[in-house]
Amino acid sequence: MDEIVLLGINHKTAPIELRECLAFSHEETLTALETFKASAAISEVMVISTCNRVEILLATDNKTKAAETAKTYLSASKKLPVAKFEQALYTHCGDEAVRHIFRVAASLDSMMVGEPQILGQIKEAYNTAGLKKSSGVLLNRLLHRAFFVAKRVRSETGIGDHAVSISYAAIELGKKIFGSLEGKKVLLVGAGEMAELAVEHLLRNKSGDILVANRTFERGVKLAQKFKGQAVRFEEIIDCLQLVDIIISSTGSPDYIITRDQVKGIMRIRRNRPLFFIDIAVPRDIDPAINRLTNSYVYDIDDLQGIIEENIEERNREAIKGERIVDEAVIHFRQWYENLSVVPTIVALREKMDSIAKAEIKKTLQSLSHLSDQDRRAITRMASAMINKILHDPTRLLKSYEAHGKNSDHLNITRKLFGLDD
Amino acid sequence: MEIIILITIIFYLLSTAGYFAYLFRQKNYLQQTGYYLLAAGFLLHTIALAYAFIHSGNIPVKNLFETLSLACWSIAGVFLILQYKFKLKILGIYAAPLLTLVMALAYRLPKEPVQVENIYNNLWFVVHIIAVFVGEASFALACGVGLLYLVQEHAIKTKHHGFFFRRLPSLELLDATGYGCIIAGFTMLSLGLVSGFVYAKLVWGKFLSWDPKEVWAGITWLLYAALLHQRLIAGWRGRRAAVMAIIGFAAVLFTFFGVNFLLKGHHGEFTRW
Repeated sequence: MDEIVLLGINHKTAPIELRECLAFSHEETLTALETFKASAAISEVMVISTCNRVEILLATDNKTKAAETAKTYLSASKKLPVAKFEQALYTHCGDEAVRHIFRVAASLDSMMVGEPQILGQIKEAYNTAGLKKSSGVLLNRLLHRAFFVAKRVRSETGIGDHAVSISYAAIELGKKIFGSLEGKKVLLVGAGEMAELAVEHLLRNKSGDILVANRTFERGVKLAQKFKGQAVRFEEIIDCLQLVDIIISSTGSPDYIITRDQVKGIMRIRRNRPLFFIDIAVPRDIDPAINRLTNSYVYDIDDLQGIIEENIEERNREAIKGERIVDEAVIHFRQWYENLSVVPTIVALREKMDSIAKAEIKKTLQSLSHLSDQDRRAITRMASAMINKILHDPTRLLKSYEAHGKNSDHLNITRKLFGLDD
Repeated sequence: MEIIILITIIFYLLSTAGYFAYLFRQKNYLQQTGYYLLAAGFLLHTIALAYAFIHSGNIPVKNLFETLSLACWSIAGVFLILQYKFKLKILGIYAAPLLTLVMALAYRLPKEPVQVENIYNNLWFVVHIIAVFVGEASFALACGVGLLYLVQEHAIKTKHHGFFFRRLPSLELLDATGYGCIIAGFTMLSLGLVSGFVYAKLVWGKFLSWDPKEVWAGITWLLYAALLHQRLIAGWRGRRAAVMAIIGFAAVLFTFFGVNFLLKGHHGEFTRW
């Protein structure tokens, strides 16, 4: 009976340098799958390689040999002595391997708990294994369960609910202020990766016109083109505040660009429609005193960082619920796995009986040559009816224990009693 | 009759439980359960009021129990419409316990109606009562929405996003809902006051008798008129509108209880106990 074995390294056990060394490209994965498939010890295999983990998932009837094969292959193909990565390598068997793959798929083992990419990456790895036909009964079932568990964890816990990046946190806040971001006008002051990312997220949320102000007007025009927006002069910023709802600021200015008194005057003209300032710059661009004006909200980079930390804590709390769902799924998988071994035992038992009956009938009929064909058939029928009757109760017993997941002792005794493993 | 009121209170109580379960667990079916339970309570409450109306031939507002009961019925009705229209699910944590509490208190009051003279059950009287109660119910809900607004605004301003930040809707939705409530309440209160004047003219021969209740109702009306005016002209929205909605409702409460308990007047009988 094959067992599930998982070997791997991840961000918790190995530094980036080592993970880089051991990572598999798509082509390398294909070659690896072929090599593993050719190995006698390995009956099913798939390889998962992401920036945070490299894992080899196997089904084998000889786990020591299979693990040895995998290690040797890793060492040979990556030109790295086994000793260099053995410390970081973990090997899980049976339930532990199942739990591990469920946790990985559900993003409970990720560096950022709840990040959604990992599931897609595992699906891809599984498809690659399908391409090489290197997955079989065990891995197919295991992976389908893993996808199901991941979906359940995502929908039943809040593991992926709250933003854990600066730009997403800003978007979430915007939604708490404005309800919908649809049609909200945005002013981008300055430039920068994080600020531009935030603008992209806003556009994806169907925000309205984008205005771009930059000290160098030309750069502003370029940036505006990128977002299909409009460039304005740096001196026009205060006037723009009448039109826009969200201001993202990220300049290198040593002083505040927008001050409290300026906004106070603008609020009257805006008839108190809310203004949301996202200040990503250090030193800050937006006077923090603006936050004390009614209907204006200022969040600087530290505030957003603080929210992210709260959200991560929240995710970790939700992850506990996720672990429970995984535990449940591991138990269900074990039941299925153990059922799988009942059927071969019953088949082997029947085959043994049949072969004994066949041999004995042959011997008996040789000495009873006077019997007619009809008589011979009757004797054969009687023998197989006896086998059926004799096997009826043991078969039923094994199958009933299988449903309760505690059959391994009985299977063991049955196999020993009838010498099925000889 | 009393048993119907009791079952109504139980429904309101269950609805409260549903909404609080929703507050903590954030499962949509809980909020829906709360809504349907409250609707069931409202239906029973309607039956109880209809029974009282048919039984006595009058709108049941002849003692404190009856007026409170009618006030709760109005709040329940307005809340059901409001949640249907604005989808402000979380408001149930304000409305449902409010109904439960007030009804439970009212239930303990004597239920013997006082004898009121000079009451003529004409159309103006019915319109007056219904409009005033629906208007006040709208103000009660505007106050609740205003409270939620202040909680959420505080979370956003202080940047401590705790329990409520995640569970409360956007400031925009809260502000819009509160505004909707105040417009509805103001319209109904205006209608109530006008029909009251007409009724007074028909029955007592004068529009206004400077009864303290009339005066305070006028003050309340002016408060809300000022709030709406400022919103339209100067854009009073957000925090200031929320605070005004709460102050306005305090005036409503004083007009409802304070005047009757502290001052004398021809509305006094309706809340005697």
